[in-house]
Amino acid sequence: MNKALALPTRRDEAWRYSDLDAVARVWPVDEPDRLIVPAGERRTMTLLLDDGAEAVAIRDHPVEIGAGGTLSVHLLAIGGALGRVTFDVTLARGAHFELKAALVGNAAQTIELVTTVTHAEPDATSRQTVRAIAAGHATTSYLGQIRVARDAQKTDAAQSFKAMLLDRTATANAKPELEIFADDVKCAHGATVGELDKAALFYMASRGLDPAGARALLLRAFIAGLFDDMTDEGEHARFEAAALAKLEALG
Amino acid sequence: MLKIENLHATVADKPILKGLSLTINAGEIHAIMGPNGAGKSTLAYTLGGRPGYEPTGGGATLLGQDLLAMEPHERAAAGLFLGFQYPVEIPGVSNVQFLREALNSQRRARGEEPLSAAEFLRLAREKAKLLGMDMEMLKRPVNVGFSGGEKKRAEMVHMGILDPTLAILDETDSGLDIDALKTVGGGINAIMRAPDKAVLLITHYQRLLDYVKPDFVHILADGRIVRSGGPELALALEREGYAEVIAA
Repeated sequence: MNKALALPTRRDEAWRYSDLDAVARVWPVDEPDRLIVPAGERRTMTLLLDDGAEAVAIRDHPVEIGAGGTLSVHLLAIGGALGRVTFDVTLARGAHFELKAALVGNAAQTIELVTTVTHAEPDATSRQTVRAIAAGHATTSYLGQIRVARDAQKTDAAQSFKAMLLDRTATANAKPELEIFADDVKCAHGATVGELDKAALFYMASRGLDPAGARALLLRAFIAGLFDDMTDEGEHARFEAAALAKLEALG
Repeated sequence: MLKIENLHATVADKPILKGLSLTINAGEIHAIMGPNGAGKSTLAYTLGGRPGYEPTGGGATLLGQDLLAMEPHERAAAGLFLGFQYPVEIPGVSNVQFLREALNSQRRARGEEPLSAAEFLRLAREKAKLLGMDMEMLKRPVNVGFSGGEKKRAEMVHMGILDPTLAILDETDSGLDIDALKTVGGGINAIMRAPDKAVLLITHYQRLLDYVKPDFVHILADGRIVRSGGPELALALEREGYAEVIAA
């Protein structure tokens, strides 16, 4: 975001589901640093967004991945009245972008992830796996745009979004968007919104598990595996503990 | 131990159980047989407290406690085990994790100390062995990718670990080949054949009763028990069919 920019409105597609009152409290946000992954290199990024209940956290990540380079991101967004993470990623030839994210909100939280992945050159790949859980009056949103440039043949892009709503008052938004100008590409996307499996809940209760325990187990299973391939064990433990504490606090 | 009196229940507003009465004493094994649609599974689910299975009259007590007033997990903590005809798959949750949390949830409800991970694993290994189940299978997600027979075997491992006072087993024999039937039957006897326990077997067929000998056999038809007798009743059913025996 540029300091000179006006406050976003609902007409801006990327802000359509946001909490604009919360945004106004911190606007304008600082211009973010651009991350550049040099050609042929591999970088990892771990982002744990767990600001306090009143906080407004907006984190923008412009990224350029050079030819044959890889960026692997693990994101856990659970904090703030508004927690918003964006990625604007441009992939050079044969580059790879991988994002595994869990968004968990309760009370009146708005947790959103907005990604724009541009396959600017041929042979690049991207994988985005996003799981969202919303309880209470929370809103979780994933807006994922994939752009494939005219000569970016053999692009292979995939998006998977699954959301779980724990209360009738909770909201999940999913907006996959493909803009493809090349003809030899593979772009897969899927989005589902569901509730906890009632048959599983009864089965678990019949074995003596109390409702809160059954729910916590199913929710853990829902986001399980997202963080298993984190290379830093300390970070992995920190993510698991934060996720567990948040799931237990959903109430 | 289990006392069911004039129980009525509906599913989606349709009356299924229409005045069912049954008393099971400690140390007894009862079998309920009956044609499709008689209400066998409805009886199991109503006693287990499944949402959608609505008791509308009569009552049921377990060791003097009002079963129908309890939440499903409280019924389990009170000593009830419900073996499912179609055990549910739970992706991402291992049997070991699930059963340890379930057992400790029951123990907490009864004011007992939870088992440590090591204590639990020892118990799980012992019960898995009893049912001839590889411990590796217990580390896999609950019922995911299990064959029909493996699911039923896993149900019995669950029962062994949770050690209930009363087990209601809903068509535990369906989907089992002869060898598995023998193992599962042996497991039921080993776990539940005791002076302070009781079993209600719900089944279509006589064959499980060759391995788990019932003390009483009841025929359920149109939501009520229409005949009761000893093991010979099951043999008569097998020979003559429900229509004949019910009409007799």
